[in-house]
Amino acid sequence: MLPATRPVQRPADAKLLAIDAGGRISHWPRARFAELLRPGDLVVANDAATLPASLAGIHVRTGKAIEVRLAQRGSLDPCDVREFVAIVFGEGDHHTRTEDRPAPPPLLPGDVLQLGPLRAVVRRLVGHPRLVALGFEGPIEAIWSGLAIHGRPIQYAHMEPTLALWDVWTPIAGFPAAFEPPSAGFVLDWHTISELRSRGVGFATLTHAAGISSTGDPELDRRLPLDEPYRIPAATVEAIGRTRERGGRMIAIGTTVVRALESAAESSPLKPGGGIATLRIGPGTTLQVVDAMLSGTHEPGTSHYELLRAFTDEVTLRRADRELEAHGYRTHEFGDSVFVFRARSRKGA
Amino acid sequence: MKRSTNDTGLRGVRIAVTGGTSGLGLALVREWHQRGASVAFVARDAENVARVAAAHDGAVGITGDISKKDWIHPIALQILGGLGALDVLVNNASSLGPVPLAPLSDTECEDLEAALAANVLGPFRLTKALLGALRASAAERRGGIVMNISSDAAVTPYPNWGAYGASKAALRHLSAIWDLELDGAGVRILSRDPGDMDTPLHKLAVPDADPSTLLKPEAAAADITRAILDAMPHRVTRSEAA
Repeated sequence: MLPATRPVQRPADAKLLAIDAGGRISHWPRARFAELLRPGDLVVANDAATLPASLAGIHVRTGKAIEVRLAQRGSLDPCDVREFVAIVFGEGDHHTRTEDRPAPPPLLPGDVLQLGPLRAVVRRLVGHPRLVALGFEGPIEAIWSGLAIHGRPIQYAHMEPTLALWDVWTPIAGFPAAFEPPSAGFVLDWHTISELRSRGVGFATLTHAAGISSTGDPELDRRLPLDEPYRIPAATVEAIGRTRERGGRMIAIGTTVVRALESAAESSPLKPGGGIATLRIGPGTTLQVVDAMLSGTHEPGTSHYELLRAFTDEVTLRRADRELEAHGYRTHEFGDSVFVFRARSRKGA
Repeated sequence: MKRSTNDTGLRGVRIAVTGGTSGLGLALVREWHQRGASVAFVARDAENVARVAAAHDGAVGITGDISKKDWIHPIALQILGGLGALDVLVNNASSLGPVPLAPLSDTECEDLEAALAANVLGPFRLTKALLGALRASAAERRGGIVMNISSDAAVTPYPNWGAYGASKAALRHLSAIWDLELDGAGVRILSRDPGDMDTPLHKLAVPDADPSTLLKPEAAAADITRAILDAMPHRVTRSEAA
């Protein structure tokens, strides 16, 4: 597939490939997404705003330039911004493909990282020389202001222009919890949300700390997604309950919503509040809550692609891949979309 | 939970105020802080921010310029990080345009641009950046209110108030349209004229005004607060918010 190389959240020509519950494939202008829904359906989106999680700086012991990409946090508590798990790169920036980036200097517990105004200490390595637990020093407010002033959105070599938070916050972005944008949500502008309402389709949100999509290291990539905290508001749990009672369908906007809802549903009944999504969703997963998912286009072998396999079978996905290629769909976070219904053969309890 | 009589409706509410180190903004910070709300405030001068933050234990002071697009997300990020969520945004920071006031024919283009940047573009951009958080607050029936501070100069054409009046008129109309468009999403975009107040901004505009004829910012803050509370989905108490 072609990479989407401009940071436009809703290009006028954005495309949508839909796979219905019978495995039939159709092509749509993405702006007409709402037409694929029925009165009584409920759309659930991730309203996490994206942190400026890329921090350029210096590894103080060696004086070497590094880039730290924050990748995991323990909770969504706004005071819980001292401790993160992060991936560390050597010198350079997003213009170099992650797989070609030089390694950072050897990182040891106690090493100090000076990241603009922020000062962090390496607590320990997390099973890999480039994955560290780090702790920021100073008061909470100074950490937020340091991130706000010095941090940049994480970005990759396929995207040439330097991104600002204007580019990556979705229209409904609320609490800054995500490390990369929950980009399936780019589709939902306020007009679309209002169109859903006028069609009798419900709309609700949860907040899920979407993690990073790629590290450039096959061993680390296999560990993705890391465990991710989420929070489901009471109003959303109530809306899900009403939708199920009335036989409506649960439409998840993005893989993170699927992961949050299915993780939360492991301890049924679904409860409001916070939790940690540990579930790795794949072909063996029986979906408890979600009936359909709108997502980006994903390449086979990635964790996002594995998640698609929870919805439909391998043969259908291969057919969809061929259609995506043949119709010139674009991939990556600003690319086109796939809307997949759970195959009838996969209906759970 | 036992409550003092004066904190009804404000305890547990998360509010951000721009231009929060002087005049009406400072009075709003004081009132909401005193009545138990979680308060973040924004102003350009770091020393003033530090001074006001020190005087209001727990308030989140943010240094930044809402008239500059590049500042909007650093400010929004610190508001949401500092408060954890947002129920009410008060766009209070304003620019007079030319000082001393001048007829439009003598107003520099840059002075008009500065007034529009602070009084229209700033509130528009900051509201846009925070609209998702305000929607989430409305969905949980906690808040979701934007209060844009307007002026009688937004309605009445006063000679020499061209830059200020035109920009406040734009803000007032923007608020009214946006409020209609968000009908259904639960977010309210309001604007209100607080009246002529004894503030540094008024002193710049009318240096020889008799302060005794002007409204105290505290009285105006109380009026603005009532208008916000009237628009709230319901009054949140700490026990409900917990």
